[in-house]
Amino acid sequence: MSNSAEAGGTPARSLRERFPLLTLIFERFLLSLLLLFAVSVLIFAGVEALPGDFASTYLGQSATPETIANIRAELGLDRPVVTRYFDWLGGVVQGDFGTSWASRNSVSEQVGKRLGNSLFLASFAAIIAVPLAIGLGMLSVHFRDRMPDKIINVISLAAISLPEFFIGYLLILYFAVNFGIATFPATVYEGMGFLERIQTIALPTATLVLVVLAHMMRMTRAAILSVMSSAYMETAELKGLSSWRAIVKHAAPNALAPIINVVALNLAYLVVGVVVVEVVFVYPGMGQYMVDAVTVRDMPVVQACGLIFAAVYILLNMVADILAIVANPRLRHPR
Amino acid sequence: MNDFTKYLAGRVTAGGMNRREFMGRSVAAGLTLTAAGNLFATSAAAQTPKKGGTLKLGLEGGAATDSIDPAKATSQVMFTAVRTWGDTLVETHPETRAPIPSLAESWAPSPDAKTWTFKIRKGVQFHDGKEMTVDDVVATLKRHSDAKTESGAAGMLKSITSIENKSGDLVVTLDAGNADLPAIFTDYHLVIQPNGGADKPTAGVGTGAYKVKSFEPGVRMTFEKNPNDWRADRGYVDSVEIITMNDATARIAALSSGQVQFINRVDPKTVPLLTRAPTVQLLTTSGGGHYVFIMHCDKAPFDNNDLRMALKYAIDREEMVKRILGGYGKVGNDFPINDTYALFPEGIEQRTYDPDKAKFHYQKSGHSGSVLLRTSEVAFPGAVDASVLFQQSAKKAGIDIEIKREPGDGYWSNVWNVQPFSASYWGSRATQDQFYSGAYLSTADWNDTRFKNETFDKLLISARGELDEKKRREMYREMAMLVRDEGGTILPMFNDFVNAGSKKLKGYVNDIGNDMSNGYVATRVWLEA
Repeated sequence: MSNSAEAGGTPARSLRERFPLLTLIFERFLLSLLLLFAVSVLIFAGVEALPGDFASTYLGQSATPETIANIRAELGLDRPVVTRYFDWLGGVVQGDFGTSWASRNSVSEQVGKRLGNSLFLASFAAIIAVPLAIGLGMLSVHFRDRMPDKIINVISLAAISLPEFFIGYLLILYFAVNFGIATFPATVYEGMGFLERIQTIALPTATLVLVVLAHMMRMTRAAILSVMSSAYMETAELKGLSSWRAIVKHAAPNALAPIINVVALNLAYLVVGVVVVEVVFVYPGMGQYMVDAVTVRDMPVVQACGLIFAAVYILLNMVADILAIVANPRLRHPR
Repeated sequence: MNDFTKYLAGRVTAGGMNRREFMGRSVAAGLTLTAAGNLFATSAAAQTPKKGGTLKLGLEGGAATDSIDPAKATSQVMFTAVRTWGDTLVETHPETRAPIPSLAESWAPSPDAKTWTFKIRKGVQFHDGKEMTVDDVVATLKRHSDAKTESGAAGMLKSITSIENKSGDLVVTLDAGNADLPAIFTDYHLVIQPNGGADKPTAGVGTGAYKVKSFEPGVRMTFEKNPNDWRADRGYVDSVEIITMNDATARIAALSSGQVQFINRVDPKTVPLLTRAPTVQLLTTSGGGHYVFIMHCDKAPFDNNDLRMALKYAIDREEMVKRILGGYGKVGNDFPINDTYALFPEGIEQRTYDPDKAKFHYQKSGHSGSVLLRTSEVAFPGAVDASVLFQQSAKKAGIDIEIKREPGDGYWSNVWNVQPFSASYWGSRATQDQFYSGAYLSTADWNDTRFKNETFDKLLISARGELDEKKRREMYREMAMLVRDEGGTILPMFNDFVNAGSKKLKGYVNDIGNDMSNGYVATRVWLEA
């Protein structure tokens, strides 16, 4: 790395020195593209390796050899694997994800709707969960080893220990069936008003908040506790700052990096890992969409979903890394 | 009128029982036939359909991959949807399953049953306002049967050689006689569409009681009343909404909280809990679907009929119906037909669990060691438990069954129809002929027991072209006996269709044709305030 930089002369060096963050983002971006390409190869190979192709799994018991042959011919399934992959890749590079083999609808259009739904649910859960988790984390540091700390810990640990579908069922049983105050099923659809949408997703949002809360809260608590013993915190205490003010103003900013990482990880989970919650609440998100597609080997849809999931993970991790650097002056100005 | 009869009459009023069921049970309770008949009439008359409201159905069996094209309809959700917006040429009678007119007013076969003439109803409008013509009918049938078809109905239309509009009538010619052609035309894929639906397969335009309003595959489908419906005896609610709910608990929660008025696929294990809710009624109908253990008659050790017999005697059918189906089903008799089919051969002796006979046949077969049964949760609900029950009952007969649990994904491509002994299921077909032709004829695509019997094949072909019902019934009896005593099918049980609805839901018809009132649930029921 340093060799090539020296060989290329000073401009490259100075560019990196002058815009360390921009260079980093650019490098990460290139790496992400490479990763996405690798992911698409893996998914394609994976679905290819699954038993049964689209034509036979889709028709099931109503299939005849002729109809299977007709579908294969129409979709070009009779061509070699490599040709099919590069055909697909060619389309994607031009922004065309193709049409679903099963429903014959445009994949981009369908994914757009489903992704919108997933992001809607995830962002609502995040808007509630992230501040709540960090706030509770700071609270439990403030009251550490006393009653409030213990209560917060026990409740959040209990919530994370229960499987998410079980939390979902409990909420449905009490709030939808017994008290009848919440909407169920949480199916959102086009033409639904914003307020109605929020009302509809109340229960799945609550479930997701309970599921991701503990992880972020405990990381916040641990990270802040570890800086609490440093010298400058002692100074803060000695100069007479209230404990709460010391935590919020001095401890929390220095504990940001690990918290950001955990938050990013949980956000990614909220977008791509909630298929069980989607099924329980009959919510039309990306997870269910991809599972349906894998079941019948609907390759264009599986590929599109896989790429989007990968992209979300890569993006959120990148953002987390960058934010961690921004939050830490030592990393921001590397020697 | 004793209490029991009163209860039965109550169930008729609630729409939970059809005439045949009511008569059978009342007579069994000591009422005379006439009295029972009158009582049924009064209870049924108490039901005057109420119009209006939105009917919401929470159904299992939909996916993001669903297509509105009837040729591609395979899931439960799309089956119900197609029945809601489209009509076929012929329907089946809910109680007898005999073909009755729908878009075809009448039909007549040539004496050899090779050429059929259908009179097509006039003055029927499609949802787009165009009037249905015979050419539309011809185009529809052609789209499902031509060489390039991808239709799920293609298999049953294979024998058609020509479809024509002859002076205003539909004339269909077959390569061999088939007395069941009208029954084939009841298949849900074959809904009549403008120009056969070839212009835009996913348009969802038909002649049904409801028009498609919106469709999000795997999520939700909405319908509104077709104001120009050609039939007055259906389509009572104003609008219909089908919500895909693949989670059993979600369906039950949605029904008990009153968010939907009908759900399908109720797990028999949860029935007692569900019926505890005062607002819920159970809607069960017997059907021709069944759960099987299939042996390949041409692969060792199952090429030995004594071993097959031993295994057939070694299964405890009553126990299976009780444990696996929660009592919502009937015992099977090792042939795939029951009394939900027209021309069912009655009076064939019921095979029961008999460890002694099983032992006798097992020793005669000379087989030693264990037999390997492959099973999976996807084979049918409770398949793994059923396999273990089978293993236990066979053990008492000295037969050692080894169970191998296979992964669900890929079961239908890697295990079923590939491995010599596995668990599976079959749905019902419109006729005995269709079932046997699809799965028991030597050359059938899905002959999953590798049953190859010349006598059987000949009987099947001649029964198909036989217009005399009595002779035909006799042939079906012979065929049933052949499959029962020589085939590779162990058929312990026929499963009932177990659905549930709100008590406000009235007029539900127990249609033996298929699940969910043969898919017509949305067009047949109404909602009481």
